Amino acid sequence: MEFLLQPLTLMTFFPLVGVLVILFTNSERKNLIRWIALVASLLTLLISLWMFSQFDATNPNLQLEAKYPWIQVAGWNIYYYMAVDGLSMLLVLLTTFLTPISILSTWAAVEERVKDFMIFFLLLEVGMSGVFLAQDLFLFYIFWEFTLVPMYLLIGIWGGPRRMYAAVKFFLYTMAGSILMLLAILFLGIKTQTFNVPDMLALLPALYSSGAIPAQTQMWLFIAFAAAFAIKVPMWPLHSWLPDAHVEAPTAGSVILAGVLLKMGTYGFLRFNLQLFPNATVQAAPVIALLATIGIIYGAAVSYAQQDVKKLVAYSSVSHLGFVMLGMFALNAQGVAGSILQMINHGISTGALFLLIGMIYEQTHTRDIKVYGGLWKITPIFGTMMLIASLSSMGLPGLNGFVGEFTILLGAFGSQAIGSPWYAGVSAAGVIMAAVYILYMFQKVFLGPAGEITHHHELKDLNWREIATIAPLILFMFWIGLYPKPFFDILAPAVEKLLAALPL
Amino acid sequence: MTQFQLDFYTILPLTVLIGWASVLLLVDAFLPPARKGITAALSALGLAVTLGFSVSQFGQSLLGFGGMAALDGFSTFASVTLLIGGLFGVALAYGYNERMGTQRGEYYTLLLFSVAGMMLMAQAADLIMVFLALELLSIPLYVLTALNRSLTSEEAGVKYFLLGAFATGFVVYGAALVFGATGTTSLAGIALLATSPSLMLSIGAAFILVGFGFKVAAVPFHMWTPDVYHGAPTPVTAFMAAGAKVAGFSALLRVFATAFTVSAPDLTNILVALSALTMIVGNFVAISQTNIKRMLAYSAIAHAGYVMMAFVPYGNPQVVSDSIAAGLFYLFSYMLTNFGAWAVVMTLEKAEGKGLEISDYAGLAKKYPALAAAMTVFMLSFIGLPPTLGLVGKFYLFRSALAGGFTGLALLGVFTSLVSAYYYLRVVVNMYMKEGDPIAESEPGLAFTTGITALLVAALSFAPQWLFWLASQAVLK
Repeated sequence: MEFLLQPLTLMTFFPLVGVLVILFTNSERKNLIRWIALVASLLTLLISLWMFSQFDATNPNLQLEAKYPWIQVAGWNIYYYMAVDGLSMLLVLLTTFLTPISILSTWAAVEERVKDFMIFFLLLEVGMSGVFLAQDLFLFYIFWEFTLVPMYLLIGIWGGPRRMYAAVKFFLYTMAGSILMLLAILFLGIKTQTFNVPDMLALLPALYSSGAIPAQTQMWLFIAFAAAFAIKVPMWPLHSWLPDAHVEAPTAGSVILAGVLLKMGTYGFLRFNLQLFPNATVQAAPVIALLATIGIIYGAAVSYAQQDVKKLVAYSSVSHLGFVMLGMFALNAQGVAGSILQMINHGISTGALFLLIGMIYEQTHTRDIKVYGGLWKITPIFGTMMLIASLSSMGLPGLNGFVGEFTILLGAFGSQAIGSPWYAGVSAAGVIMAAVYILYMFQKVFLGPAGEITHHHELKDLNWREIATIAPLILFMFWIGLYPKPFFDILAPAVEKLLAALPL
Repeated sequence: MTQFQLDFYTILPLTVLIGWASVLLLVDAFLPPARKGITAALSALGLAVTLGFSVSQFGQSLLGFGGMAALDGFSTFASVTLLIGGLFGVALAYGYNERMGTQRGEYYTLLLFSVAGMMLMAQAADLIMVFLALELLSIPLYVLTALNRSLTSEEAGVKYFLLGAFATGFVVYGAALVFGATGTTSLAGIALLATSPSLMLSIGAAFILVGFGFKVAAVPFHMWTPDVYHGAPTPVTAFMAAGAKVAGFSALLRVFATAFTVSAPDLTNILVALSALTMIVGNFVAISQTNIKRMLAYSAIAHAGYVMMAFVPYGNPQVVSDSIAAGLFYLFSYMLTNFGAWAVVMTLEKAEGKGLEISDYAGLAKKYPALAAAMTVFMLSFIGLPPTLGLVGKFYLFRSALAGGFTGLALLGVFTSLVSAYYYLRVVVNMYMKEGDPIAESEPGLAFTTGITALLVAALSFAPQWLFWLASQAVLK
């Protein structure tokens, strides 16, 4: 019992209770199943808030630890080890927050095989929480790979016309990266005789300085981990799975994919690359900054060229996550803090955009920008929500996106690690380009003369359920935009501790 | 105990099994064709009793018959794996044979003899014994392959027999060369006498490798595998894929790690090449298969390549025991996954080889969610993804390859795993993402095997420490 009542363990595995109940529910009773899933995910959210209430934000260390020996064979030392600190706290809350919202968004959208859908969705939540909490590399890898399967099925079963292609592509891309990480994990395990990250961090400096792990090997290990994470982020030029997966995924899948799964990549860089391979991190910073900058500009430019709204938002993710990576590898307090906050912001803004697009798609079954137009007059509430989400995504001051991007650029400008203010300078253009493609989309869809679809369909404005789905996200856009201090307070001590360990 | 008793204690489970099989052969002759269920039940009982004896020997370490047969942690682990495999082989076969109208009592006795041969293989501490075991396990398998008497089954039987006999010839010739080089056939004796590498010894060892490479379906000795797996009655295929692999690798590991450590510098590169080729060919050719039996055949080849990886650093005393344990662990996990997957295949198989296309799996998840979920677990385990035992197995294998310094091989291993994801996922794509109307047979044996293996493959991945511990006890004497 003691094992199960640890806040982190309970939170991570609570969705399984929902899975079990759903498993024994008749698959014809779709509404009941939806309610069970929603309640299970809301309870998980509550547990995560209870967990948060026990979290001490002034403490930079891992907290609320649940640590049990798991596989203790000679040279293995694998622990079931879950803990949270300022780096992961917000991401965990983002996960438990976005899951019920996504489930709520499927009420009318998913009619086929509701039972399977909810089971996979709740399983996915278990995997995602685990990724952010695991402090043992073996455990982390298991959660990391485990998220693949439910997401693959979500895309492949409930996705659009090219869903099977997108699902397999998503799977193979992600797996291609993680197998390299697997080898690096094993290598570290052999060298340190443990898989427990804090123990490893204590042992590694000696191995690095004594030459037991030469600098070159450290760089290879960095690259192997980076391969897994960069594909997940995704960083240019490894992003090509993302538009396919996003476009084909059902709305809830896109929300979780953009909101949480991509953050697993950026979080991986933060937690593992930066901490395990400090020298390589500093060496690689300019390269990562370059790739991030290219991603920012490329993502923005390609977004502008899209005719499919969902694809546009998908490419904008490439651009936004470029900012996250740029800030992180600025390797200073502003950059990294901004980077973490921007992960949350992107989850909220892009999540909201995908939700809203999904809501209109349910009615019109098209996402082609050309056929829309003049929507504002017919669906004013929808238009307002969309406007706020768009402005948040493009980084308008007063909304969340601005705070994150501004802090990141500030960090990147003054970054010693990157070594040149040009990356930040060029990236700043990405902010402007974001305004261009987002406003272009908004104008074409909501303003101007009524388009084809607006004529032929009796379009309904958002109903109460849909407003309830989107409202919490809007609330956070304003909250972070107007008063980000509590959020920065949570992550600042941990960021400081992280940076202190780097050889800058 | 007297020496005589000790000798027989060394091979006690084996003696019980052979005795049981011989009596069963007689009993079966007096049973009417409609009551072959008794034979099946009795053979399962025999395997279970033998399993009990084998488990009771856990932790024992003995040499019997003047060093001809060894009993140690290694042989016990392999025997237990083989006996569990045999039990699944019986469970799969009974209902299937009834359904296909191929019920014959000989199936069960032959299976028992073959299991006995496999167990002897794991215990053989002398090249003569290795040869004896090889024949004892192979001949029943040849017959089993052709047992259906359909054209494909007979063709498969003949093919397996001819090529198998050829491969056995290599083993014998290899043993003769080794005898020529050292003057003994005892594994411990060879190790004692061969203090410096000699060409004749290395060639002899290489010939033995060829013979066993055939048995475990390593490339380039794999040509027979797809045809035989495809043509043999499906329960035989399932049994052959797991059993012959476990037995073949047990013998290889024991023979090479005990007797041929001195030739390791000569043989390591050959082993690396064999392992690499097997992984590459098995996985890449599997991509183009549309028949699930053939796909699983190539998958069996690919997995031989993975196990081979554990066998590569056999001459390195620092890592050898760890990598042997990794190999055994992987074989156990493969055995469970393999029987599970074949059980699902047989659940959907129809008479005259129908229902064996991968496209026949379309719509399975909608109609039979539990069956599809189980098959997904097996496919994930083959790929090496959580939450399955396959992941832990690969984790262990790649770790031992890295620890032995074979980084390139480990890289190839993970890349071919990625390739394998493509074709294993195709089964999942069909089951979950396409529409179709498959019809599954309901048979207690199949349901039992599918359920228990899926459960074990998933549950043991959360608690692998027991299996780890058992495998780490499996040291060679």
